[in-house]
Amino acid sequence: MPARRNPQLNAHGELIHLLSIEGLPRDVLTQILDTAGTFLSVGEREVKKVPLLRGKSVFNLFFENSTRTRTTFEIAAKRLSADVINLDIARSSTSKGESLLDTIANLSAMQADMFVVRHAESGAPYLIAQHVAPHVHVVNAGDGRHAHPTQGLLDMYTIRHYKRDFSQLTVAIVGDIVHSRVARSAIHGLSVLGVPEIRAVGPKTLVPGDLAAMGVRVCHDLAEGIRDADVVIALRLQNERMSGALLPSAGEFFMSYGLTAERLALARPDAIVMHPGPINRGVEIDSRVADGAHSVILPQVTFGIAVRMAVMSTIAGNAA
Amino acid sequence: MRILVRGGRLVDPASGRDEPADIAIASGRIVRIGRAAQPLEFDAERTLDARGLLVMPGLVDLAARLREPGREHEGMLESELAAAAAGGVTSLVCPPDTDPVLDEPGLVEMLKFRARKLSRCRVFPLGALTRRLEGAVLTEMVELSKAGCIGFGQADRAVRDTMVLLRALQYASTFGYTVWLRPQDAWLGGGVAAQGAVATRLGLSAVPVVAETIALHGIVELVRATRARVHLARLSSAAGVALVRAAKAEGLPVTADVSINSLHLSDADIGYFDASARLVPPLRQSADRDALRAALADGTIDALVSDHDPVGADEKNLPFAEAEPGATGLELLLALALRWGREQGLPLVRSLARVTCDPVRVLGDALGPLGGSAGRLVEGGVADLCLFDADERWTVTPGQLLSQGKHTPFAHASAGAPLEGRVCATLVAGTVAYERGSRPAGAPRPA
Amino acid sequence: MLQLDAEALYAELRQGVRPLLQAHGSDAVLVGIWSGGAWLAERLQRDLGRAGGHGTISSTLHRDDFAQRGLAAGGDATKLPFAIEGAHIVLVDDVLYTGRTIRAVVNELFDFGRPASVTLAVLVDRGGRELPIAAAYAAARVVLPASHRLRLARDGEGRFTFDVRDAAALR
Repeated sequence: MPARRNPQLNAHGELIHLLSIEGLPRDVLTQILDTAGTFLSVGEREVKKVPLLRGKSVFNLFFENSTRTRTTFEIAAKRLSADVINLDIARSSTSKGESLLDTIANLSAMQADMFVVRHAESGAPYLIAQHVAPHVHVVNAGDGRHAHPTQGLLDMYTIRHYKRDFSQLTVAIVGDIVHSRVARSAIHGLSVLGVPEIRAVGPKTLVPGDLAAMGVRVCHDLAEGIRDADVVIALRLQNERMSGALLPSAGEFFMSYGLTAERLALARPDAIVMHPGPINRGVEIDSRVADGAHSVILPQVTFGIAVRMAVMSTIAGNAA
Repeated sequence: MRILVRGGRLVDPASGRDEPADIAIASGRIVRIGRAAQPLEFDAERTLDARGLLVMPGLVDLAARLREPGREHEGMLESELAAAAAGGVTSLVCPPDTDPVLDEPGLVEMLKFRARKLSRCRVFPLGALTRRLEGAVLTEMVELSKAGCIGFGQADRAVRDTMVLLRALQYASTFGYTVWLRPQDAWLGGGVAAQGAVATRLGLSAVPVVAETIALHGIVELVRATRARVHLARLSSAAGVALVRAAKAEGLPVTADVSINSLHLSDADIGYFDASARLVPPLRQSADRDALRAALADGTIDALVSDHDPVGADEKNLPFAEAEPGATGLELLLALALRWGREQGLPLVRSLARVTCDPVRVLGDALGPLGGSAGRLVEGGVADLCLFDADERWTVTPGQLLSQGKHTPFAHASAGAPLEGRVCATLVAGTVAYERGSRPAGAPRPA
Repeated sequence: MLQLDAEALYAELRQGVRPLLQAHGSDAVLVGIWSGGAWLAERLQRDLGRAGGHGTISSTLHRDDFAQRGLAAGGDATKLPFAIEGAHIVLVDDVLYTGRTIRAVVNELFDFGRPASVTLAVLVDRGGRELPIAAAYAAARVVLPASHRLRLARDGEGRFTFDVRDAAALR
């Protein structure tokens, strides 16, 4: 079977869509992180806008609700001087039976230059990227369980900010990894940037053995998983897991896998604690840790705007 | 019409013949098969020049969806039977999951009637095992059998109630009917991709191997208990193959088939969420594929099927998990059978058996008198033939396919699927059902 | 190929910049355009014995060729260690050509505040203006074919030279 070209890159290896961190060359990744640093300093100016996307229309196409993520993309696009249109698809024509591609075609006819898409099904942004006109760019804001690349990038930025050197780190990801696009993107980012030890921590129903194929060490014991870790990423536990016979209760999850101060003491003294948000206090993380000195959860949000500005300006500047 | 097929190399897996021989056809039957390399003297109204071609029995495909009843307004039966003929398929079995389901004799009769009128390919419908395939109430199997059903099945819908399944097998075996079952557990089989590194990486809901093996264990137990004949449709895993091998070794009356997709591809072929690779059963890992290839070679798996399903673009241009499973296959079956045979190092009489006489053996008595000559070339038998060029390389692109189903995991977007081996002409009951680049009757083939 | 003595031109520039700064006394600040102009500004600040620091400004975020060339380098080079509001700014650059870099730099400057005035001093004005932009002082005026690239270079000891390349000859 002939190799398929990564749809995110043009023929010159430049990024034209951001669909997943997987398959991105290392230098593309580091360039986005470096550019994010620039935009972080723009965020500290009085005039926080730059004209890079002026005149461009960015359509936020969220098939899955998320006010937080959508808002950070909106802020990022506006800081690049783009016009932003938010589409809440659950209440619009798609629920009347219009297909995904028809929705895209209609919006493209309204001169959309960039689609930021969040969809419940893995792979949806790839289908969209295959069908948009050459000058239109697609950013994946989360597709099913598959990827959340801007979150992965901002997580990498956060780690780089606090830890500098990836090559010596131990990173533990705790929680519902099998259903987590955040975890998958983080794992890919960490691998590309050369992190030697990535641990996936959780019960067998949420962290199955075949995750090892992604290059992680599977741990079913939290203590073993976070011992001597430099970075702990706690994932949100969703209520649906209880109904799918994957877990008996949130309380039981917290008993074995909740990030408490006592457990965190097993990690390195200068370990940082991350979480993609929103946090469930008392489920995956307790308040003392979430609000404590190790937590970098709020800086992650600030970095997220700069990273999204970097992603959008990078892809907008590259032709298909 | 009196037809002479001249100068071809005859390959008949049933008898093991593989030698140059002419074939004389009259009144829809083979009247004479020549001696090796001795031209036949026959007064023909039409001569088909088969020099450089192989002449084999028409292919017998045990699984091809025609989507009729249901899609009459789209001309499905016409296009799909034309596709069958273009693929060299002269007999096919279609599953009962039509719309409405094939659980009424009238629907079966109508389907057979319409197919007969088109004279392209013989259609042998499978009847529904339970009403509306709901797995609760038995269908009138005797009536359906009289109407033309050659067996009974549930297509892809598992019977959840084991009591019903047991009773269905008992009832069917009373009359010697074969029950066709997909070994897939109802609850475990809900995912869209095979469990493994690819599904994990792509974040797709997974179907574990135990979905197949648990179902197989259950089916084998029921066969032991009822001695019903069961045909296992679409094996997909090495573990499944092992269970079937053991069941056959024990002498249980089971047969099995595998699709062209599972035989050649793996989950890696999903690539970047290519919905053409959205299939039931899902494509598994290469170790499973290797086991399926070996099993088809040693006879554990009896037949290779196209598993043809003309899924439309609207149903495929969706995110992977939402896309309808299925792929076009009738026009690829022969080339892919040849490819498998070549890669396994098998002679043509062995590899082509899996798409001719072996599927006929699976159908058993259900074919009635036709069973004596379907899937083979025998004097006095039906003149269902396929003439093909085994070496011709061609690329399957949507524009070339006669089927309305244009999606196949063997093709990469616009690049098409490269294949070796192409049908030149197909005869059904002594009538030319398909001829490539139709030439005026009697004109010689260009050199 | 044209030969330009960068050090000699720098000496001229140093003379030419003096009155531009003196016109506004202590409210005048030197801002060099990244990267060649920034080197010049750094050395001018030192050689003219001026207190405080010089500024560096990058055109990257305001360039008008983003759609054709993507995001250029130097995005994080802007460093302005003084208030822009009310300042008299003397911009320094190595080569003035089409004027587009200056336009982008002025836009970037205005993101930080409203200066009282902005004047421009360059080492070489090579003509070819595409916008109504002028330098108050240029140490040299030359005419070069459009295919020639002219850039300031700085060695390990901080000595300036000019790098002239014919892009057409490289093909």
